[in-house]
Formats: sequence, C-alpha cells, structure tokens
Amino acid sequence: MCRRKTTRLSSSTLWEENLPGSATWSHVLKRGTALRITAIEDNSNVGAIFLNADNFSERLNLPDTLKAQHIARLTTGSVLYSDMARILCSITDDTLGWHDPLGGCSDAALVTKKYGDSTYQQARNHWHQNALDGFLIELAKYGLGLRDLMMNVNFFSKVEVHEDGSMHFIPNHSKAGDAIELRAEMNTLVILNSCQHPMDPSPKYAQKPVTLTLKQVEAPGPDDVCRNFRPENARGFTLTERYFL
Amino acid sequence: MPETLIQTSPRLPEDAIFNAVIDAGDSFVHEIRKGQFVRIVDLEGNQAVDTLFYNAHNYADRYSAQDTIREQSNIYLTTGTKLISTERNVLLTIVADTCGRHDTLGGACSTESNMVRYAIEKRSMHACRQSFLKGALTWSAKTGHELDKRDLTANINFFMNVPVTPSGGLTFADGVSDAGKYVELRAEMDTLIVISNCPQLNNPCNAYNPTPVRVLIWNGTQEFDV
Repeated sequence: MCRRKTTRLSSSTLWEENLPGSATWSHVLKRGTALRITAIEDNSNVGAIFLNADNFSERLNLPDTLKAQHIARLTTGSVLYSDMARILCSITDDTLGWHDPLGGCSDAALVTKKYGDSTYQQARNHWHQNALDGFLIELAKYGLGLRDLMMNVNFFSKVEVHEDGSMHFIPNHSKAGDAIELRAEMNTLVILNSCQHPMDPSPKYAQKPVTLTLKQVEAPGPDDVCRNFRPENARGFTLTERYFL
Repeated sequence: MPETLIQTSPRLPEDAIFNAVIDAGDSFVHEIRKGQFVRIVDLEGNQAVDTLFYNAHNYADRYSAQDTIREQSNIYLTTGTKLISTERNVLLTIVADTCGRHDTLGGACSTESNMVRYAIEKRSMHACRQSFLKGALTWSAKTGHELDKRDLTANINFFMNVPVTPSGGLTFADGVSDAGKYVELRAEMDTLIVISNCPQLNNPCNAYNPTPVRVLIWNGTQEFDV
C-alpha cells in the first residue's frame, strides 16, 4: 500500500488530484498557471508530452530544448521549447535535480516481454499497460495521432550517459515527496503517463501514483530563475511574450 | 574519447544505380526499396546531413530517435545501429561507417531556433527545417502522399558530434568527420529518406562553411552479406 503524503494546500492552489500508476492524464494548462507533480512513492516515473493548445502543430521539441540550454537533463531553470522557439512550460521548482529527456516510452511488446501479459479481464485495474498506447489514446481525444507523437520527457527518472555514449538507468533516483513544478508560459496541452520508465530494470510491474496540484502563479519577472538560466532562455521568453502581444 | 568503430563498405561507386550531389541548403527526398543500400558521403568534411526516415507505405511510422538509442543503449549511431520507427519496426541498419559517430539528439536548425540560439535578428537565415518543409511539401504535391510539418520529428545528424557528459551536459563539439568519410545503410523496409543538407552559418562545428554531400544507392545484389 502506498504511503500517502499530505500536501499543504496553499492559497494559490486551484485543485489537487491523484493520478494512479499506469494511468494517462491530460489538461490544457493555461498561461499563468502551474502544475506541480509530487511523487507519493519512491521510484516514480511520469512520462510527458506538450503541445500548444491553441495550435497543435506546435509542440515540444526536445532536441531544440537540449541544444538551446546545453543540457541532457531537466531541472529548475530549464524550459521546454516548442519547435517554434517558444517556451511551453518552464521548470520553476525541482527537488530532484535530474529528470530524463532521453529514454522515451514503453510499448506493448516491451511491457509484455518484461512483465508478462495481464489483461483487463484478468487483472482489472492492475492490468499491464504501456506508455505509448496511453499517449496515443489521449492524443486521439484531441483529434491527434501517431504523427503528433514527439520525443517525451520522463519526470522522476535519470538516465546517465557515459563518455562512450552508453546509456545507464539510475535506480532508486526519486523518493516519495520529490516534486517538480511546471509553469505554463503558453496555453499548453499537457499529456502525462505514469507507466514505468522503459529502461527501469526492476522485473516487478509497479503502479506508482503521483499527486497533481494545479496552481495560479505569477508571471515570470526579470529575475526569474528560468529566464536567467541561460541567455538563450531570455530570448525564448521574449519570443513567447511577443506571441501574446 | 573512446575508440570509434570504422567499417568500410565493399560497394563501388561505379556500380551504384543512383549518384547525386546535394548542395548545402538543399533538400533531397527519395524512396529506398527494401534491400537497397544508401550511402551518404561527406565530400569536404564536417558537414551536418540532417536526415529523416519514414516507412514508405505509412509515413506515420517513422524514425524514432528515443527508441533507436534506447534499443542499443547508446546515444551515438554507428555501424550496427538499427534505426527503429515509432511502431518499433527496423527501418534501416547502418552497415558501414568510416566516421564512427553520428548524432540524433541535436535536432535540425530552424529560423525560429536560430533566434533563441544565436540572436533574434538571425530569423531570416536559411535553416534545415525550411529545407525539410520545402522537400516535404514538394514531395506531397508530386506524389499525393501527405507529408508536412507534423511529420518533421527528431532527426539524425550524420557526421555531427554532439557529446553528452555524465553530469548531464550537451555540447556541439568539433566534428569527427573529414573529407570523404561516409555512412552506409541497408533498408530493411521500403523507406522514404528526407535530407536537409545543413545550411547553418552560425555554428563553428562546420567551420561556418556548409559544403555539398553525395548520395549513392545500390540495389541489393549482395543482399545481407555485410
């Protein structure tokens, strides 16, 4: 049984809900609001993709995000760039220091190979689900499909790259209570999936719930941590602000 | 830097069924049949060849950078790398590589991203995603198969060196390629190749000098022998 943590509701909180493990969720996060994701158990994973809710052809571009900021990990100060060089969301708070942009998402064949088959008929809410199908089903609710899938982020997971290019999933990275906060700089369709990371070596199929807190937040000022993370981000904020003029 | 794997190809340019030079700033769209081999030659050295691949019969099923690197547990592409699609098919396999390392995390330059990376005034400079769009729209008009902005996903940068550090940094390093180096792939399915030969004038990794590349295609008479 999971250990439930009580999150204090601040005055700016709009609402809070729990996302069960192996579940998919979506919401149009409005400019000026933020989404805080809090792990309820150790070793959580939340896959995420992002689209401009006012124009779905504009979406998260992870290569642009990584090269603009010279990073292969996401943490406080990092922003998520769209293919149009605007900032969909910025990471204003993070207790962990590293969220993974490289590992991608699980699919049905991978889940079956690792954990075996378990159908809904047999297992009801504990059936074996995968992140790819979750993303595709949720995208379909907005009239989108496989062509609209993009490289995804995996919050709460860490994949380290060694000098030879080899990729290493770091186990026991996140703990219960770890949290990341995403401030929407645009009206952003956020699609989350709480399936396990595809490189998680644990042979046990695990469903880890997280708490989602929606908040009203202030617009980023001149001293904002994300705006000042790199000179590139200052230009990214300028271009994003111009989009709303 | 770790040793790079160098693998040459037995195929001779005079036996190729297709041989063309792509100038920097141009796009190139072509179907490659299952069993055919395609080679890209870096004619003058350290040129970035931004490349996308699609299942020729279903463009929604296309090259996936994350699935490709996760499948081989390595971010660099070289001989032996299987290019995996969004539907987890193997589109092509790299069968020869005299450069030793290719990038798939750096993406393609665009007029928009140039504004963020360099300066807002750089907006009107030519960029790969201009070429990708031109190539996609022209191909669509010619064939009636829909190919547009939604299909321009994370690409391969042949001959580019984008190292990631254990502490989570990412940089554009000096190229590891040189004049005459090449990469060769065998199509495991009928595929569509879309290339933008990068026109970038702001990045020191090509010495601010974008140069032509050559594309060669062979029929698979020596099928599966490499």
